[in-house]
Amino acid sequence: MSSVEEMSNSVAESLEEDGVEEENTVDEAEMEYEEPIKGGYIFYRDRKEWADLEPVPQDDGPNPVVKIAYSEKFTDVFDMFRALLKNDEKSERAFALTAEAIELNAANYTVWHYRRVLLQALDKDLREEMRYITAIIEDQPKNYQVWHHRRMVVEWLNDTSDEQQFVAEILSQDAKNYHAWQHRQWVIQEYKLWDGELEYVEELLEEDVRNNSAWNQRHFVISHTSGYSDPAVLDREVQYTLKQIKKAPHNESAWNYLKGILQDGGLSSYPGLLEQVTELQDSSSSPYLTAFLVDLYEDALETNNSSHDQRDTLNKALELCKFLAEEKDTIRREYWGYVSRSLQNVYGSGDSAPSTLAPPPPSSQHLDGEPIDP
Amino acid sequence: MGTQVKDVIIKPDAPNTLFLDKHADYIAAYGSKKDDYEYTLSEYLRMSGIYWGLTVMDLMGQLSRMNREEILDFIKSCQHDCGGISASIGHDPHLLYTLSAVQILSLYDCINVIDVDKVVEYVRGLQQEDGSFAGDKWGEIDTRFSFCAVATLALLGKLDAINMDKAVEFVLSCMNFDGGFGCRPGSESHAGQIYCCTGFLSVTGQLHQVNADLLGWWLCERQLPSGGLNGRPEKLPDVCYSWWVLASLKIIGRIHWIDKAKLCNFILACQDEETGGFADRPGDMVDPFHTLFGVAGLSLLGDEQIKPVNPVFCMPEDVLQRIGLQPDLLS
Repeated sequence: MSSVEEMSNSVAESLEEDGVEEENTVDEAEMEYEEPIKGGYIFYRDRKEWADLEPVPQDDGPNPVVKIAYSEKFTDVFDMFRALLKNDEKSERAFALTAEAIELNAANYTVWHYRRVLLQALDKDLREEMRYITAIIEDQPKNYQVWHHRRMVVEWLNDTSDEQQFVAEILSQDAKNYHAWQHRQWVIQEYKLWDGELEYVEELLEEDVRNNSAWNQRHFVISHTSGYSDPAVLDREVQYTLKQIKKAPHNESAWNYLKGILQDGGLSSYPGLLEQVTELQDSSSSPYLTAFLVDLYEDALETNNSSHDQRDTLNKALELCKFLAEEKDTIRREYWGYVSRSLQNVYGSGDSAPSTLAPPPPSSQHLDGEPIDP
Repeated sequence: MGTQVKDVIIKPDAPNTLFLDKHADYIAAYGSKKDDYEYTLSEYLRMSGIYWGLTVMDLMGQLSRMNREEILDFIKSCQHDCGGISASIGHDPHLLYTLSAVQILSLYDCINVIDVDKVVEYVRGLQQEDGSFAGDKWGEIDTRFSFCAVATLALLGKLDAINMDKAVEFVLSCMNFDGGFGCRPGSESHAGQIYCCTGFLSVTGQLHQVNADLLGWWLCERQLPSGGLNGRPEKLPDVCYSWWVLASLKIIGRIHWIDKAKLCNFILACQDEETGGFADRPGDMVDPFHTLFGVAGLSLLGDEQIKPVNPVFCMPEDVLQRIGLQPDLLS
């Protein structure tokens, strides 16, 4: 859905996180053009060397309903751009104009297309283009077009020597930039640049242990290199994650990662895990820890793990669900009610204590397809 | 490090009732105000902008206030020889705007304004060997485009035009260890991508491949103390995630895992009582994009002043009923 393109713009506008001033491209551009044009700027329509072209005004269809007030410079540049497109002109002046158009609106994907066509038609210096796109991305790092353009230039040059360093620089300004991570993953996977990536991930996690992108990257690197089936690797990862959890227990990413790497083998089968997690309860409790214990108990029940007494495990799990629903994670009480009922339905005998987490009457539910409690 | 949670605080004087009339006025007037530099700058996504405006107006029962004939003419002028449709006149075709155009024409029941066969050919031509879809001839791959492709074809009744098995295989290869989906295999789970992938799996009848409990939990974890939803862990809430997350939950049958009252409170707080419209979060500037998703989110939450919205297509249910399109939802 094209609305999803705006996702990244919306994310761009939330740079107010971490106290960074909110970045609003529109406001910035508006300010620029409300100031009187200084320094003798000449409109393209007045330039002698462009006199041969007839500027093409914006066509909003046969009966435009809306009266549009454009900034003059914007109109001037884009009217000329349309003229070039119309004539399919492939020239140096066209190439120069794309840079002007990009400066005014770097999200205009048609301008980027045309620039790429010109790069090839005019056999332009791609190293210079790399320098150009580097500057643009530094200025506007949350834009799909600029990253895709960079990727094309890297492919044409077949040179990735700057890529990891460059992406690291962008991530140092915003360690969760989704576009930057995509580019990084592409470079590393395509060109097999796995060396040193795990170390880089660890650096980022040192800086911010809650960086979900970095945890994802950790999974990405290990999956594609050693894999998790080697017990030594799995142990290392479990211990690393528990260590990070000790530092910051209220960290969804770390708990998700821990569950993610253990779920195939079974949470309750990993030796000593229950003890290690329970130990954390006093010093480092968090709803995520409690939720993890529920998952672990559920796995014990499912696999009929002999080192766990079934009834005892069920009761513990139900107790924790109740605790979460009523105290620690009340916003998700519906979810905890569901987990509780599921556990009871599957593992409970008839004489289990009645659940206080029964679903509310059907009339207040919006399309609840769940079975009624027996 | 403490247990600080990234979130917003809703001020006590934030809006707490729904101003549908103000929103309708805002959308109806959008683009006709004198100082509309923002409108100019967003020309590169005009087709989507029109889709957002029309859809939210239809959901509010105000579609008649929009300029049907001008819009139909505009769309006609945006179809290129290759069959693809561009964001605006003079722009290049792209799958994103092809979908938006087809959605608009479905709203207006006027699909034959464009050459349908050529659209199908265009979409088919963008499928890659691994089943993924490029957005246009320049080859950017993203699960958003997988969604655009099947949604477009479903609305045209031509889902058989692509290699379905391969398309499904690619989307499933984007499923992560946390049950979520990213834009390409290995990409971080993100609510917007999850919406596209669950929507894709709904249209293609493959929802049984989703781990609904695991994904449902990840999605309901997006709800913050303010009641708002974020798009991935440790990010601020944004009203558009009221759509991406909520629609995904509805598709996988777990919408009740969200605290509705708190979310509703957040969404209403994102309105601007003076100008009409919704912003990404309380106090920010409004725009049509967030206005649609705020209203659509409220519709999913059951607000009776708004028409029921389809969670897969983000279009009024009555439009899809007319077309005869009822994509699967899990229960």
